[in-house]
Amino acid sequence: MYKTSDGEEIFVIDAHIHLWDARPENQRNVHGAQFINCFHDYHSALSPPEYLWSAEKFQYYGPETLYEDLFVNGYDDMAVCQPTYLKDFYTNGFNTTEQNAELLKDCADRIILNGAFDPRDEELGLEALESLVETYGIQGVKLYTAEWRGDSKGYKLSDPWAKRYLEKAQSLGIKNIHVHKGPTILPLNRDAFDVADIDDAATDFPELNFIVDHVGLPRLDDFCWIAVQEPNVYGGLAVASAFVHARPRYFAEMMAELLFWVGEDRLLFGSDYGIWQPKWLIEKFMAFEMPDDLKAETGVDLTTEGKRKILGLNAAKLYGVDIEAKKVSLGGA
Amino acid sequence: MNASIAQLHAPRRDEIWARLARVSDPELDESVAEMGFVESIEICDSGEVRIGFRLPTFWCSPNFAFLMAHDMREAVEALDWVTHAEIALTNHCNAEEINRGVGGSLSFAETFPGQTEAELDDLRATFRRKAYQGRQEKLMRHMVAEGFTPEHIAAMTIGELTALAIASSEFEALRARYAEIRCEFGGPDAAGDAAFTTPEGDAIDAKNFNLYLSTLRRVRINTQFNANMCKSLLNVRYGEDEE
Repeated sequence: MYKTSDGEEIFVIDAHIHLWDARPENQRNVHGAQFINCFHDYHSALSPPEYLWSAEKFQYYGPETLYEDLFVNGYDDMAVCQPTYLKDFYTNGFNTTEQNAELLKDCADRIILNGAFDPRDEELGLEALESLVETYGIQGVKLYTAEWRGDSKGYKLSDPWAKRYLEKAQSLGIKNIHVHKGPTILPLNRDAFDVADIDDAATDFPELNFIVDHVGLPRLDDFCWIAVQEPNVYGGLAVASAFVHARPRYFAEMMAELLFWVGEDRLLFGSDYGIWQPKWLIEKFMAFEMPDDLKAETGVDLTTEGKRKILGLNAAKLYGVDIEAKKVSLGGA
Repeated sequence: MNASIAQLHAPRRDEIWARLARVSDPELDESVAEMGFVESIEICDSGEVRIGFRLPTFWCSPNFAFLMAHDMREAVEALDWVTHAEIALTNHCNAEEINRGVGGSLSFAETFPGQTEAELDDLRATFRRKAYQGRQEKLMRHMVAEGFTPEHIAAMTIGELTALAIASSEFEALRARYAEIRCEFGGPDAAGDAAFTTPEGDAIDAKNFNLYLSTLRRVRINTQFNANMCKSLLNVRYGEDEE
């Protein structure tokens, strides 16, 4: 819970956290080492100095540290735990749904557990998805269209098998499809950050919500364009929000665009923990004010009400969280 | 290398830097030299040159990496004393393929057989267009800050823009960058043609000037995201002071 200087309470649902294991004994190959090094570089590049972790701590921080950083020090009331399998890089996976459920069972009342699927698993994966819903009651999945798999360097949401999976997800009652849009390797000759496949999927599956993580950066213009056309497309602010500290003017310009095109009802805060910590992200976000020149040029503002939606209300709607009831049950714990 | 040979090569080294300064990262529209992507330059008496090339992450898009390596080789080999330029990309997931492909004058599709549908011409064109928009926005915003009205900017010809005397080195640099790319986009580019047009060559409507600038800003925000990120990551990865 974040309390404003006026004593107003803001319920926080962090829509993007991880609990990974990238220790050397779990690294399958050089890609596993390079992958976590790259994450650590992101962490080092944008965190305030007092929040920097060593490479070793960054490889594995464990559930107790996570609990402290998110729920004791970090203002998060709840968090959506996104799995990332990456089994081509890590022997037991980077963080799977099963591992997340087991490690975070002591704080299950604060965790929204998401699952995952990969259309390249074809028939077998459809059954696995069914069992994820039965076992964990997941309402959302996290997809990495750029994940390597054998010779394949990724897939698109418009692929025929991806459509079958989305149909299946919908029939199982899954509501929220988080899509990581970052550098894909294939098709090699095109723009590796292309977000166009979201457009097709959002049109074909109007009952599903598509949360585009990292708001399509660095293809924000394409993302905004798609979000304007498709009412079921949302922006996840993980990574984008980390700029609030290191490059505040840049953060302001980005937020002005997002508020203008997408609006405060369709943006979700996400820390991307353990890359960044919600404590400083939320403090800086709450202290942030839209500069006057951008307000004048775009006609948008980021009010406390808007911040409240982005920090929790919007995610509560997507995941069916009754905030008042939750406040009571968590407060009593 | 002894001092006399180092001195002998100093002007040649400057020539190479000057060439590399004109090679852009297509996605960022910034020079590979300024971005800090050139790790080392080795020159042999025989005229052979080796350029050490590094990127901010192990996973930087191989297509852009290929384009930069290709352009660097071409730019350096355009110097008449250079007999051969080797581009040595390091610490990258496709370093081996890219070094072999660019070194062997292979096309992109030949470098990654079976993994790509086509060459990179469309990709390059897409980002060149964004570069045009980015350079135009920076120049126009600077002129607005200098007191030019939307009507004046929209009606200005290339001849008038060239003749403008504003005592600002920043203005001159922005104008030069824009002039360099204006011939590639925006329609006819004789002195009497409009200085500022959309990439397709349409006139800019002074009444909707701010809307037009906003569109350009969205394109620029992306480029800047990458540039900010690349500079920060390169700094973390190779531990150098940020500019």
